[in-house]
Amino acid sequence: MDFFKENLPYIMAGISVGGQYALIAIGYTMVYGILRLINFAHGEIFMASGFMMVYLSAVLPWYIAIPTVIVSTVLLGFIVERVAYKPLRTAPRMSIMISAIGISYLIQNVAWYVTSGLAKQYPVIPWISNTVTIGNSTTKMVTLATPFLTLFLVSVLVVLIKYTKIGMAMRAVSRDFETSQLMGIKINSVISATFIIGSFLAAVGSVLYFSNYTTVTPISGAMPGLKAFVAAVFGGIGSIPGAVLGAFIIGISENIIKGLGWTAFSDAFTFALLIIILVAKPTGLFGEKSTDKV
Amino acid sequence: MMDKNKKILISISLVVGLFALLFILEQVMPSSSMLFVVLKKGAIFALVAVSMNLLNGFTGLFSLGQAGFMLIGAYTYAILTIPMADRAAVYQYFDGGIIGFTLSVPIALILAGIIAAIFAFLIGFPVLRLKSDYLAIATLGFAEIIRAFFQWDVLGPITNSSNLLRKFPTFSTVLYPFAVAGICIFVIVLLINSSYGRVFKAIRDDEIAAEAMGINLAKQKQLAFITSSFFAGVGGGLLAMYQSSIQASAFKASMTYEILLIVVIGGVGSITGSVLSSFLFIASSEWWLRFLDAETYIGSFHVPLMRSGFRKVVFSIIIMIVVLFYRKGIMGTKEFSIEGIGRFFRRLFAKKKEAQ
Repeated sequence: MDFFKENLPYIMAGISVGGQYALIAIGYTMVYGILRLINFAHGEIFMASGFMMVYLSAVLPWYIAIPTVIVSTVLLGFIVERVAYKPLRTAPRMSIMISAIGISYLIQNVAWYVTSGLAKQYPVIPWISNTVTIGNSTTKMVTLATPFLTLFLVSVLVVLIKYTKIGMAMRAVSRDFETSQLMGIKINSVISATFIIGSFLAAVGSVLYFSNYTTVTPISGAMPGLKAFVAAVFGGIGSIPGAVLGAFIIGISENIIKGLGWTAFSDAFTFALLIIILVAKPTGLFGEKSTDKV
Repeated sequence: MMDKNKKILISISLVVGLFALLFILEQVMPSSSMLFVVLKKGAIFALVAVSMNLLNGFTGLFSLGQAGFMLIGAYTYAILTIPMADRAAVYQYFDGGIIGFTLSVPIALILAGIIAAIFAFLIGFPVLRLKSDYLAIATLGFAEIIRAFFQWDVLGPITNSSNLLRKFPTFSTVLYPFAVAGICIFVIVLLINSSYGRVFKAIRDDEIAAEAMGINLAKQKQLAFITSSFFAGVGGGLLAMYQSSIQASAFKASMTYEILLIVVIGGVGSITGSVLSSFLFIASSEWWLRFLDAETYIGSFHVPLMRSGFRKVVFSIIIMIVVLFYRKGIMGTKEFSIEGIGRFFRRLFAKKKEAQ
């Protein structure tokens, strides 16, 4: 109990950042489930969303800026898919992955160009940036709101995937790409829908994440992106509850490690976890077992 | 066709000619010329790109750990060669460090490769069982772990924690990186043309068929991984020499991505392609596109968009175009050779004759 009391701020921060990772991780896991592609650009979309908020909130009130940011992030995700991935649909997987790395390099460089490489201050959003005191630690409202918002959005998504037509199409495509095409599923619109949902959640995640960390730089998407991907692998790639659980576990352990004074290893720990899970159980916690046919 | 002796003779004379040309250039041109930056950095990246190509292009193992192995090489080289007299200044927070000896440059460079290879050997056991993108993300993860490890306070007396390592011997002439990278690439070419190289290609083309033919997959993959890391380590040592000071935080995943893009532009599976594209890549990112970064006026007209950072944007758009539309890169899987040029001209003349 003492451990819990002492580390309360770290655990809270962990749950909060875990929720933000979860929102990004869903984008990775859904895209991987359907295209078998690590969408390296996803972290950059998350970062770009942060910059859009910085620039839009300078001219618009926050309640208009947030929806605009979400819509433009979705648009960006959609365009990235159409430009960088769609032309390579029949290409070997390695080419698509290289294209993903190329497009993330491009987005990073554009962000650098627009901002001249300077870190930008993220705008203060009323209510979620307020500070609250719990026990003997102070934190921002966003820390408390994130897990609830995350769980709410994830439940909506699960319902969407389970009960709607597009959700059924997504499940079919992730099970078997070719057969679902033969069954008359419009593959391109399903893939676009996946990217739209992923980018939408990344945009929400970026509002929460940057409200907490307050500065945006052109490279601030890389690490959260990689960690969210690790979370997706940890939970079993393709599985949404798995990605969410993985993200919370990573967020919490990373912050407890920081609390123990091992800050230098908080990033390394995530990757160590990744390698352990890949070696011990490559399909992750909830992943489906696949058999390779010769 | 050309006999073997003649071929070797021509190759040797070409190499000698190249070095003579570089030597003359260095005497004639001012040493501050961008040309030398490109030549030095290009040679180093050519070596690293070829070592990555050995893995990604010839063995079919999609690894993204190159920056991590370069870091090991760079640190090994730097730690072992800082002169004793300068150690106190470099390791100012760690009482001069605990390494009480200094090695000569060539030995340190070889050790840089060997230490990187040892790390690769250890990492290879768990990682090489994974396939395609899982392998990529696991090697990327290991590179990040290595980076964190080298910045660890406790290792400060050896690695100087997250502070700069400097004052180690560097090279002044462009001939040095050319010679070292040239020898290393030559060894890689020999390896690829040997029976080992054919085994690697067999694994790349069809793992299952290769295994059925009696190839020990685990052993051969391990061999390719270790060899590639050895040369990445040597490349890292050269990079340290070029930069004259190093810091672990510079060896990020983005460095690996850049090397991967060099390999892709040159053609996955072509050694000469990687070498060629390395020089092109460095030249355009450091030199030819520089003018895009300056604000430009034509008469009184202010050219829009051009300011700091625009170069990188244009550059990454070019890369995307190559990735999307010229997927084979400059060379595809072909190699640049004297015979190839000879054939090209013969074909050209043959066509002309037909036309007449």
